[in-house]
Amino acid sequence: MDLAFTAEERAFQEDVRSFIRDNLPDDIRHKVETGKTVEKDDYVRWQRILNGRGWLVPNWPTEYGGPGWTAAQKYIFATELGASPSPRLIPFGTSMVGPVIYTFGNAEQKAHYLPRILSSEDWWCQGYSEPGAGSDLASLKTRAVRDGDHYVVNGSKTWTTLAQYADMMFCLVRTDSEVKPQQGISFILIDMNSPGIDVRPIVTIDGGREINTVFLDDVRVPAENLIGEEGKGWTYAKFLLGHERMNIAGVPTSKRKIADIKDIARAEADGAGGALMDDMTFRRKLAETEIKLQALEYAELRMLAAESAGKAPGAEASLLKIRGTEVQQAITELTMEAVGYYANPYVAESFQAGWNEDPIGPAYAGPAAPVYFNWRKSSIYGGSNEIQRNIIAKMVLGL
Amino acid sequence: MDFNFTSEQQLLQESVERFIQDEYDFDTRRKLAGSDDGFSRDNWAKFAELGWLGVSFSEDDGGFGGGPVDTMIVMEAFGKGLVTEPYLPTVVLAGGLVSRHGSDAQKADIIPRIVEGELMMAFAFAEPHGRFNLADLHTTATADGGGYVISGHKAVVYGAACAGKIIVSARTGGDVRDSDGVSLFIVDGDADGLSRRDYRTVDGLRASEVTLDNVRVGADAVLGPVGGALPLIEEAIDYGTVAVCAEAVGAMKVLHDATHEYLKTRQQFGQPIGKFQVLQHRMVDMFINYEEAKSMALMATLRVDDEPAVRAQAVSAAKVQIGKSGRFVGQESVQLHGGMGMTDELNVGSYFKRLTMIEVLFGNTDYHLNKYAAA
Repeated sequence: MDLAFTAEERAFQEDVRSFIRDNLPDDIRHKVETGKTVEKDDYVRWQRILNGRGWLVPNWPTEYGGPGWTAAQKYIFATELGASPSPRLIPFGTSMVGPVIYTFGNAEQKAHYLPRILSSEDWWCQGYSEPGAGSDLASLKTRAVRDGDHYVVNGSKTWTTLAQYADMMFCLVRTDSEVKPQQGISFILIDMNSPGIDVRPIVTIDGGREINTVFLDDVRVPAENLIGEEGKGWTYAKFLLGHERMNIAGVPTSKRKIADIKDIARAEADGAGGALMDDMTFRRKLAETEIKLQALEYAELRMLAAESAGKAPGAEASLLKIRGTEVQQAITELTMEAVGYYANPYVAESFQAGWNEDPIGPAYAGPAAPVYFNWRKSSIYGGSNEIQRNIIAKMVLGL
Repeated sequence: MDFNFTSEQQLLQESVERFIQDEYDFDTRRKLAGSDDGFSRDNWAKFAELGWLGVSFSEDDGGFGGGPVDTMIVMEAFGKGLVTEPYLPTVVLAGGLVSRHGSDAQKADIIPRIVEGELMMAFAFAEPHGRFNLADLHTTATADGGGYVISGHKAVVYGAACAGKIIVSARTGGDVRDSDGVSLFIVDGDADGLSRRDYRTVDGLRASEVTLDNVRVGADAVLGPVGGALPLIEEAIDYGTVAVCAEAVGAMKVLHDATHEYLKTRQQFGQPIGKFQVLQHRMVDMFINYEEAKSMALMATLRVDDEPAVRAQAVSAAKVQIGKSGRFVGQESVQLHGGMGMTDELNVGSYFKRLTMIEVLFGNTDYHLNKYAAA
């Protein structure tokens, strides 16, 4: 047993680190560091820089453009990326629909869509949840009815992240209502510029505008946009959910944010002549979160080792999602507590990159409360933490 | 032992609750929060007309002779409506200070005007680097001629933008954080040398950074003993804390009821989600947290007129409970509403945000837990 990386792995780590340091544009870095809104163009520019180095899709097979890394290399890459002040990689194309297309798509679909994901020409969004189908996703009602060489799609999808930017949506639709709910679902790709699509923003409690409801009214989708077989959509969706396990825990980003809290706690006064960092009550809470994060990190490493040894990872990934989001939420709570009264001023314009007035209170205080409110989403999305616990109870513990 | 309201208190409760129900629905509140003032001056006039601005002041001063229980009744109902009118800064904080410690002239000048709805006030007690320590003051007041010259920066002052008068804590002597040497001044909102940077707050209210640059006041602006005002400030903050505890109880009640209703109506997997035992237990814990919060808010209300040590201990205990319960109820309300709980359109998020900021206001849970433990 050995916790250390090999010499080759350490050299690779140094490669990744210096590449990010030398190639992450300053303006984008600044936005991430100061909690400003990252725009579509920023995400795309950074994705193209990574793609230029061949590093955009670590999990893809080499024949489709993946770098052919070992599990340890993928882990190191994800760790370095998360630890850097770079925008998160939007997963919908690279980590979600991409693997579905190269696994279940036909030759034409692969040839058309995969290069456009790599070049960031297509921005993808995910059409899964519906107003009436959240945790119970299989009850979805959006219907696709075959009409000649098209499907006609009617219904609505919701919580659709960044649909306002999207060129394409991968969508679960009901093609058969006579069979068991899971068996009547198909997986199709919809051009977001099709007539009949209406994207309406949903403002979230932090004031953010990331999510949307997408209404589909007699949207005609070419039949060639069906992935695999009709009625197999649920199988593909489950494959997709199980595919991206790495990063689900968000360990590197959480580590970076804990370091940020320490900086804040050194700058904030404790009201007794010292810094908040001298306050043992605060320090203990920070330490507890750090330890929880460490337990998560080593759980992830053990799963990685098992995967490298050829064991297919199972429902244990739900553990990473549960604890990962709990740690993220604890971090946002601590950040907000650290800034005291200056959590409360809310200047909506201050989150735009062009805003150059003096902040109210310290600059780090402005995003603290909105980020706290925003991250309440993480225990809800991607299969709520209640659903994740059900998965462990059933699939791991056999209860 | 008697936990019953008097008949006057019952009438007060009915009248405030009716107002919230009939005239302060969530859409109305949203519009008010987004308006220029952030609240309604018509509502303020109505509060005056209905006597709510005077309930806590003595009849001698022009009020209606009520006490902390009356304030609790008003604040709990206001919490249900997330009322944005500056009742807390004007009536509870500043008005309370003047009524308890003002000179006869100050009381005669100020209290009737508050009761009539003609004067709004604010209390500028916090500073940028003091965290929750009320004595950590860099603002100075220097004796000059017959009066004082005040300079400094007061942080996150709720209700300052509409305040005709602002009560400012400042140092007339001693070192930063000394107990002695703290004084209070009643400063005109439009005094020369006083400037404000106004902003919206996360919880839908208005606050300001208030800068005093050689603001001159007369000797008659001093409130309470020169150099000995820290106990008055602590007392005022305790009264304010008890009031926001009651407000939080009202806010928690709305979240509790909304979530309870959602569990009974939202269908997934072919049944209401309230049929799932995991969610039932979460709802039960919300219920227990709400009951604990209500109990402790009431306890502190009934002790706040006691001697300072008893009062402070009761208030810290209640604030710890309200901080914990408010966080739990707020977070769980969002979680149990799922994606809907994250939307600005639903009222849940607004109550959650106010509860979150109440936890910070007048010292957070850790601060009061330490204070309680150290006493």
